[in-house]
Amino acid sequence: MFDAALIETILLTLQLAVVTTLVLLIIGIPLAWWLARSTARGKEIVAVLVALPIVLPPTVLGFYLLIAMGPNSPLTTLIGRSLPFTFEGLVVGSVLYSMPFVVNPIRTAFEAMGERHWEAAATLRAGPLDAFFNVALPLALPGILTGAILGFAHTMGEFGVVLMIGGSIPGETKVLSIAIFDFVETLEWGKAHVLAGAMLALSFAVIFAMRMVETRFKSERP
Amino acid sequence: MPRTLVRFCLGLVAGALACLPVKSVRAAEATVAVAANFTSAAKQLGAAFEKSTGHRVVFSFGSTGQLFTQIAHGAPFDVFLAADEARPQRAAAEGLGVAGTRFTYAIGVLVLWSADPARIDGTPAVLSDPNLRHVAIANPATAPYGAAAIDTMKALGVLEALEPRLVEGKNVGQTYQFVATGNAPVGFVAASQVKNNDTGSSWTVPDDMYRPLRQDAVLLTRGRNNEAAKTFLAYLKGSEALKVIEGFGYKMPGED
Repeated sequence: MFDAALIETILLTLQLAVVTTLVLLIIGIPLAWWLARSTARGKEIVAVLVALPIVLPPTVLGFYLLIAMGPNSPLTTLIGRSLPFTFEGLVVGSVLYSMPFVVNPIRTAFEAMGERHWEAAATLRAGPLDAFFNVALPLALPGILTGAILGFAHTMGEFGVVLMIGGSIPGETKVLSIAIFDFVETLEWGKAHVLAGAMLALSFAVIFAMRMVETRFKSERP
Repeated sequence: MPRTLVRFCLGLVAGALACLPVKSVRAAEATVAVAANFTSAAKQLGAAFEKSTGHRVVFSFGSTGQLFTQIAHGAPFDVFLAADEARPQRAAAEGLGVAGTRFTYAIGVLVLWSADPARIDGTPAVLSDPNLRHVAIANPATAPYGAAAIDTMKALGVLEALEPRLVEGKNVGQTYQFVATGNAPVGFVAASQVKNNDTGSSWTVPDDMYRPLRQDAVLLTRGRNNEAAKTFLAYLKGSEALKVIEGFGYKMPGED
């Protein structure tokens, strides 16, 4: 049942989800902080842009990416290589596609923190960076965990974007959802069942884990 | 307040229902599942067919494998125009299609195509270029044009060298898109896709390099008593349809 090709597919998908989640945490935490606290005028526009992939069909995103990453596009000229059909290309697509799932929970956590802790830290002469790392981040931890879990799971199941820009290359861009699609197309339903069942179990576990995170942090606070 | 809201919603629903087109009862309507490579030809044939018979045809395009899977799961199709012989055969064998209704409606022609007019010089030389970044093909497991592309590269002795550089589209439709956007410099597509809108360059693969791409049609069990479906299949065999099909770069059975 689990031949080398299948294992390669599963590992590649996990790799994509891990890399995407890490990139999203690095970009997402500062972005969420800015969205939560900034009074800039353009803030709402940025917030809308971040949230767009929730409602945008993945194929739309994939279609634009296929054009934006094309050989004659400014982006390709800028980085000096073409991104479609590469793992890096999938990372770019996944980061855009899963961004709201990571940024929104973190933003909510920062907003819920309020000013009180921040002012208390300032009173105790903590610099902004010090306060951010030692006060804000720990307080926002449940939101960060939720965002990381959601972003990871969302990337694991991604299909539309990968379908448009991936090209189904084993070990490079052929991820789980594409493999399931191919198995169903080639009438190998046994293998499709294995992968689909695994995805179902993973999704269940993810939602369950998030509930656990929520209840644990709730019970810790009076 | 809630009552007003309920009324307003009901009004919306009623308005939406009133806008739905009323189905004409006189002419029949057939739903036809069509392999992606035959898209443009089917659209033109459908329009001509509707004009001359008054029947309606609705097309659903996809890869042959995907369409077969949908048919096996009870998708509401009356006619199946596949990109191969195997699946209509299988449909008839498994009782999804009506026995004795299968026939070859077109024979596909494979071309190596590039959106860049200077890329292909009418020969397959470009495939031996070590600097060629990608070759786009349709998924060989599900799309006959993909399998034919593999045959061709084998015949040319370039398959092993090109294997790491192959990118797969789900079907020839997506393969064409990869090449048209320039993301893949060259790709194996159907002659029908580039015949009438070719601004790039191409090489038509000699037909002894790949298994013949006989595309078969079959009447599906659901369409057994559908007048529009049966008339459409008959229309496909007629001289008017043959002209259109040839105009799209297909060969017809018996021409070799």
